Amino acid sequence: MNEMIMPFILTLDATLRLASPLMLCAMAGIFAERSGIVDISLEGKLLSGAFVAAAVTTASGSVWVGLGAAMIATMSLSALHGFATITHRGDQVVSGLAINMLAMGLTIVVGHAVYGRGGQTPALTNDLRFSPNTLWLSDMLKDVPLLGPIYSELLSGHNLLVYLALISVPATAFILYRTRFGLRLRAVGEVPEAVDTAGISVFWLRYRALILGGLLCGIAGAYLSVALGAGFAREMSAGKGYIALAAVIFGNWRPFRALGACLMFGFLESLSTRLEGVELPLVGELPTQLMLALPYVLTVLLLAGFIGRPTPPAAIGQPYIK
Amino acid sequence: MFKSLGTPPPLPRWAEVLLLPLINIAVAFLACAVVIWALGENPREVLWTLFQGPFLYPGNLGYTLYYATNFIFTGLAVAVAFHAKLFNIGGEGQVTLGGLGVGLLVMSLGPTLPAILMVPMVILVSAAFGALWALIPGYLQAYRGSHIVITTIMFNFIASAIMVSLLSGPMMQPGQMSPQTPPFPSNAVLHKTHDVLHWLGFDQVANSPMNLSFFVALLALVGTWMLIWRTRLGYEIRGIGNNPDAAHYAGIRVPRIVLLTMAISGALAGMMALNEVAGAQQRVILNFSGQYGFVGIAVALIGRNHPVGILLASLLFGALYQGGTEIDFNYQSITREMVTLIQGLIILFSGALYYMFDPWLARILALILPRKANPEGGPS
Amino acid sequence: MTQPVGSAQQAGGAHSAPRLALELEKISKSFGPVRANRDIDLQVESGTIHGIIGENGAGKSTLMKILYGMQGADSGRMLVNGKDEDIRSSADAIAKGIGMVHQHFMLVPTFSVLENVMLGTEGGALLADGRTATRKLLAEFAEHYGMRVDPDALVGSLPVGIRQRVEIIKALKGGAKILILDEPTGVLTPQETEGLFDILRVLKADGVTILLITHKLDEIMAITDRVSVMRRGEMVGHRDTKDTNPQELAELMVGRKVLLQVDHTPANPQELRLTVDGLGARSKAGHQVLQDISFELRAGEILGVAGVSGNGQSELMETLAGMRAVGEGGFDLLGHRVDARNPKGPDAMRDLGLAHIPEDRHHHGLILSFQVQENVILGYHHGPLTGQGLLMDRDKIRQHSERLIEEFDVRNGRSNVLAKHLSGGNQQKVVIAREVDAVPKVLIVGQPTRGVDVGAIEFIHKQLIALRDRGCAILLISVELEEIMSLSDRIIVMNAGRLVGEVARGQADENELGLMMGGGRAKPKVPAAQGEASHV
Repeated sequence: MNEMIMPFILTLDATLRLASPLMLCAMAGIFAERSGIVDISLEGKLLSGAFVAAAVTTASGSVWVGLGAAMIATMSLSALHGFATITHRGDQVVSGLAINMLAMGLTIVVGHAVYGRGGQTPALTNDLRFSPNTLWLSDMLKDVPLLGPIYSELLSGHNLLVYLALISVPATAFILYRTRFGLRLRAVGEVPEAVDTAGISVFWLRYRALILGGLLCGIAGAYLSVALGAGFAREMSAGKGYIALAAVIFGNWRPFRALGACLMFGFLESLSTRLEGVELPLVGELPTQLMLALPYVLTVLLLAGFIGRPTPPAAIGQPYIK
Repeated sequence: MFKSLGTPPPLPRWAEVLLLPLINIAVAFLACAVVIWALGENPREVLWTLFQGPFLYPGNLGYTLYYATNFIFTGLAVAVAFHAKLFNIGGEGQVTLGGLGVGLLVMSLGPTLPAILMVPMVILVSAAFGALWALIPGYLQAYRGSHIVITTIMFNFIASAIMVSLLSGPMMQPGQMSPQTPPFPSNAVLHKTHDVLHWLGFDQVANSPMNLSFFVALLALVGTWMLIWRTRLGYEIRGIGNNPDAAHYAGIRVPRIVLLTMAISGALAGMMALNEVAGAQQRVILNFSGQYGFVGIAVALIGRNHPVGILLASLLFGALYQGGTEIDFNYQSITREMVTLIQGLIILFSGALYYMFDPWLARILALILPRKANPEGGPS
Repeated sequence: MTQPVGSAQQAGGAHSAPRLALELEKISKSFGPVRANRDIDLQVESGTIHGIIGENGAGKSTLMKILYGMQGADSGRMLVNGKDEDIRSSADAIAKGIGMVHQHFMLVPTFSVLENVMLGTEGGALLADGRTATRKLLAEFAEHYGMRVDPDALVGSLPVGIRQRVEIIKALKGGAKILILDEPTGVLTPQETEGLFDILRVLKADGVTILLITHKLDEIMAITDRVSVMRRGEMVGHRDTKDTNPQELAELMVGRKVLLQVDHTPANPQELRLTVDGLGARSKAGHQVLQDISFELRAGEILGVAGVSGNGQSELMETLAGMRAVGEGGFDLLGHRVDARNPKGPDAMRDLGLAHIPEDRHHHGLILSFQVQENVILGYHHGPLTGQGLLMDRDKIRQHSERLIEEFDVRNGRSNVLAKHLSGGNQQKVVIAREVDAVPKVLIVGQPTRGVDVGAIEFIHKQLIALRDRGCAILLISVELEEIMSLSDRIIVMNAGRLVGEVARGQADENELGLMMGGGRAKPKVPAAQGEASHV
């Protein structure tokens, strides 16, 4: 029986691996957007995080230093986004685009200048990566029917950052709905005037939201280059930041629903890899390239109100002017 | 007890149109110089190479104009939408669809028709496919309330997926492994400028990918200028952009104008495929859109959404692109992606941080310039 | 965290409290060339209700924003409870015991009442304790002041009166002893207004100092102890309420005693141009904003629509001008039927010969970032004004624009000047020139002289009369009763989206009209206030 469900388990396992960076970025997006700032710079932050993590890990010989540096880099980019959009009330989309382009240019230029080889960082050995952790009792439970493979193959055997990604979702929900910071954050994305007149600084609140998001993007970037991969390759974020943004919208700016969207998008991706070139009975070979576009198609359909109605934070996109 | 710096005086128009953009570009280059310096190269030399690149060799001007053609189309596309306060960041996808449309047309008709019929059809189809790809987000914004920024981003990715599956499937050249169509027959191409000039007897002109679509781009510049500032439709486009409520009062059907604006914007973007697909490559290759759709935003920002500004910005960017290849050639450690970095910085300083220097510049100018009597806060 | 309500009471009850709760000296504030506040002096006694009254744009809101730290003054001094204070932010104001109820509520509609009230006083990094404490606070407010609200209700689902209650609780929750209310009754029904006043009286008895900003004379007379009057950014007078009367206050507010005389010749009404029957319309949110409106309008007459602002007049104009969809009923305009089944947009209305001078020139009448010559063709840009060709005829437009500037005396006007660089009166002249010059068969005009200086008012009034005498049918909507009475040949009165009466010119005085505008609303305390206000 366990053999029969193995393909499903493996697909789900891949789903989890592919969805992890999406989850982290989506939570980052939720923090930014619930505070009223459009954040399409998730993509650029993810890319920079990946580069800095790989480069600093290579240089320092410690994956933890690499992770820390990645978080600092992405938080700086978030601060830049804040400087442009909060302090100078610049257009949030334009600022996000600028950061994405900066990230793309900088990672390649710096990578090439330092490492040659077209901007690729040297391959990292396994001790310089976040390697898979085997969960407690995993080997013993392996042969238990049904639950065994789910535990030992699906849940166990991931690297630390996957678990961090999974924890980030309830953590985000807790911060948003159970803490003072979260209450104010949600308020500032809806009616910033209400926050201001309550004697709370709108600017500082939004900066904190952005920087917290930057931190999460840093982890996501490190995940790509020093956990899932073993080094940085140019443009390795490959639109994942935008998919995370789609997941935020799809999840109606709520953490657990966004998690669902991330898992669905990750599942679509793992399925398309699995089915590439495979002749299925009745339907034949599926256009796997088009399946990769499904997250975007679904998000457009959602936005158009064909599947439910998204309700974005009311003050999103508007700079706050007293 | 109360003290404040006070509101700075408004910036004179010439300063806003000329001085401020120049300052913003200069700051972007300064930031880039810092990066070059940090990488251990001499910023002055690198930037000098970048700038003189277009003029070093006789063929380079042609390359510059070839790149500029792309920027004119995508820059105009962004600008037209901007006039209606629509942020079309879907240029990338619209370019892609324009190219695919041209590919489909040429592959289905083959070399049957004479060029005099085929070339206009190629132009029309590139515009029509681009327009269609912008029309859907336009429709969703006008009638379904979905935000155009997000939908156009999504449409870029969808277009890219369509391109990959078509080019590695039905449109792929048989017997080839790379995702591209067969070369176009000569009735469907826009000829290279150097071929035309050679034919006219100018033998010394160096070869470059520059082709006749550059002149289509010039026409598009003039056409856009007339559209925006001389036609009733342009009046309505600017009307809904500046005050949608007043536009509604004036009987302008806002959703309809949103649709038309997006269609025109998409058509302009789609026509970029003329340069890349029908002109330079003479076939559809993977990722021919090459981020030009995004860079169009930078072009429109620097060009202040005016065709003259867009022409100048396109020439600047064309020169930068050409200079980028010189950098690749001359430097071990620095690559042409330096240009992407500069574009990012330009978008940052000319776009998101546009008003950072405004109040300071205004204060400085107010100190320098003689004060004019200005009754009733009238125009200066 | 939140202090119990009692603290306000104690402070007020204490006899050692300083006599003056609030004192302003020479407060000034400019926005560019506009001087919103000029050398404002104000003294507010502890434990009183102090009114500040003035017309729209007199500078009241700016002053309140300075008091609450939302805007910094350019110069001046402010004392709270006798101490010199520098209030630079709302947080400072709150810390000094100043609470404010804003004209536009500062509430998050997607939050519960509880969450809204606790915002800013959460009592710790986690919300759990704060929730309990705030729940207790709300119970205290309910008990002490009778201000009952369901803590778990979503604010967005509450009626306006209850939302305002939440705002007041928010303003008082930290034990504020000075409460500022900015135009609190603008959105309230008469019953809700009474409820609000009851609460204010209880608060005053508790020792809270209340500053009430309004432009309504009857409210000042009904509830305040002392009143200060603002006009054009200046404080023009202070009176004890019992020693003054609406007439005097109105004169102070407006600053002129003579009624503007318009040469109003008798009308010569002719054929029917507009017949409205049973017209109804709804807002976007689905509220009935117009109900069962029926009237007739003939060529060569001015029909005035009187009413307190926000009683459906704007919606009536918009519906007749094609800007808002007809719900029930409909109207016949120059022989064309318009109803839910036969909708007509603003362009179609204009083609029929209807012109519309909208009440808000900034939002509707003009595109401020357009030049004057671009604004004089707004709405007529498909017509003969722009020529025949594919491209617009720029010379023709410029000549047209220059002629209008000349004829309608737009000062400092040149064709290529941006509309935003004109003064309010000249902007209005551009709109009026455009619509009057189109020689409409029917003209709908709203608040034609709002924010316009005296000279321009006379000019605009003359233009309207002249247009009437050329045979135009004019529907005039204004909240200035004086304007309605001096220009109209007949007057209809609106209240709560309905027509409540019609009178011929000279048949009703301000008192009667005022009563009708109130919709039969009983005003035992100050029966004549509304009427006398317009006696100026």
